[in-house]
Amino acid sequence: MTEQNGIQDVVRAEHVSKSFGPVNALEDINLSVRKGEVLGLIGDNGAGKSTLIKILTGFHQPDEGRLLFEGEPIELRSVTHARSLGIETVFQDLAMVNDLPVYLNLHLNAELVHKPLPFLRRREMKRRAREALDSIGIDIPSVTAEVGQLSGGQRQAIAVARSVYAEAKLLLLDEPLAAMGAKEGGLILRLLSELKERGDIAIILIAHNYSQVVDVCDRVNLLQHGKITFDKRSKDTSVAELLELVHAEYRLSDVP
Amino acid sequence: MTRAVTSKGSGRKDQPDQRSEHARGPGIPFWQGLIRIKELSILLVTIAAGIYFSVTSVGFNSAENYQTIAQYLAPWAIIAAGQVMLLICAEIDLSAGFVFTLAPFILILFYNNGLPLFLALVGAVLMCTGIGVINGLIRTWLNIPSFITTLGMAFLLQGISLIISNGSPVSAPTDSWVVDVFGGSQWSELIWALVIVAVMQTILSATRFGVYTKATGGNLVGAAESGIRTKRVKIINFAVISTFAGFAGILQGIRVGSFDPTNGGFNTMFFAVAAAVIGGTTLLGGSGTVVGALLGALLLGIVYDGFNLTGVSANAFNVVLGIAILVAMTLNVYMTVLRKRISSPRRSV
Ligand SMILES: Nc1ncnc2c1ncn2[C@@H]1O[C@H](COP(=O)(O)OP(=O)(O)OP(=O)(O)O)[C@@H](O)[C@H]1O
Ligand SMILES: [Mg+2]
Repeated sequence: MTEQNGIQDVVRAEHVSKSFGPVNALEDINLSVRKGEVLGLIGDNGAGKSTLIKILTGFHQPDEGRLLFEGEPIELRSVTHARSLGIETVFQDLAMVNDLPVYLNLHLNAELVHKPLPFLRRREMKRRAREALDSIGIDIPSVTAEVGQLSGGQRQAIAVARSVYAEAKLLLLDEPLAAMGAKEGGLILRLLSELKERGDIAIILIAHNYSQVVDVCDRVNLLQHGKITFDKRSKDTSVAELLELVHAEYRLSDVP
Repeated sequence: MTRAVTSKGSGRKDQPDQRSEHARGPGIPFWQGLIRIKELSILLVTIAAGIYFSVTSVGFNSAENYQTIAQYLAPWAIIAAGQVMLLICAEIDLSAGFVFTLAPFILILFYNNGLPLFLALVGAVLMCTGIGVINGLIRTWLNIPSFITTLGMAFLLQGISLIISNGSPVSAPTDSWVVDVFGGSQWSELIWALVIVAVMQTILSATRFGVYTKATGGNLVGAAESGIRTKRVKIINFAVISTFAGFAGILQGIRVGSFDPTNGGFNTMFFAVAAAVIGGTTLLGGSGTVVGALLGALLLGIVYDGFNLTGVSANAFNVVLGIAILVAMTLNVYMTVLRKRISSPRRSV
């Protein structure tokens, strides 16, 4: 792959639609994010944010429209396929297995094995898990603890560490801050800023805290009832404007 | 970069390697480490039962009797080895006992049609694998709960066994090295059971497929989001238990010297489930061990045999079995809580 001068979109969705039975979760979505850019995706519950993320990560396939990855049209067949291209995701439900220890969750479906006998390389995975967690700076007492014993915020931190440590080209974060305390949330935001400054990764961040979004994102898209109704650079908008936009809808729909 | 925040645990931070490799951590007493071994409680109970029957019944400690116990436990352990994997996937196979029943008759069918005994055996076992695949496909692609799927399959297979056998036993083939290897010679059934348990425990705890199995049962959606092909994992595990069940049925038929259409069935299947549950596997998915199930089968075998020797009726055995399952379940839950409390990390956040 050639250098793209940082201008090219890492991922672009064109006219993407997705329905679940009668529910039109996404309608004619156009969205793109560049290298070194953090795109904030906001919207009410049920607006379709997670569905969009799941399309970008190959978990769902779009009914209509297409995706371009690094300029090339692509059909993401599966999460594994997307991962192989460098698309990493923190799912809203975190995709953690409570019965497995931290280090195995950190390597879920990317386990390290010996050759030729494909036995797990537990020691190496533990080492890397510790390294990944330390590099983020979140304090997890033990990489061998079962994830079910950890707090919600710690679990989120692990999910973020898992996706960041994979050296992705495209990082999709579906409400990674929801259960985090102020300190841990701050750490994750700082981490995102660092990744942004490094300039080699594109990030889509879903969050309900608009001030965090305006702070860390370069651009904000608003998703309402499956459509993108707003696309502005963060410096051209404000928390107040975003709140106004979201509330305006309800003021309108309050009118009989 | 963000060192300032982590400096809280600075004493440990300096030696991350030591920290991760000695995960149990320093300063945890020996006995607490032992409690973490899930199989320990069942092992102790098994030993206690062995001692009890050694003392109370004369013939218990003899090579002959050990062999009897082995004959009880081998089929349970073999089927349980597959059932544990399936239970960890949060699925169950109620048809395994009837695969056990049917397999020898498939073998006879192949054998009578001119196939050499060994190939007839392989063919019969592969047919059983196919039955498991069908179970798995119905479960995953038609989305029918495994309880219903395999219940239907159980009756279907029972009917087929009775039809192709005309309801009466046939004598097993003899005079072949195949007979000796697969059930005929003295300890062969037990050896097969131990090999299968060892292989399955290794797969469960040391390979990616084991992780996938736990992930599929522990968090189906999360596993799928991680890219694990959960349907495939389930289908494979359905295929594995059917394969083992058929194999166990053939081993037993050859050992006894006759294939009986009233062998196996729900009884055998539920003993395997009981062995798994007593050995620490829950029905909720996500956790369990094959070695535990082997110990569970051993315990059941010892008690069954001990009761026979001391002249206690089979009815009383069922009472004990029922209590054992309930106690094991309760103990399992309680031990898990205890284990977690002891190993629970000191929260530093
Ligand atoms: N697998 C599915 N099957 C059926 N309907 C679905 C499925 N996934 C999402 N939907 C529907 O699609 C719509 C969009 O859901 P989505 O999860 O994308 O919303 P969201 O913006 O992420 O909401 P939240 O802020 O609550 O996470 C909702 O109406 C939801 O009910
Ligand atoms: Mg969502």
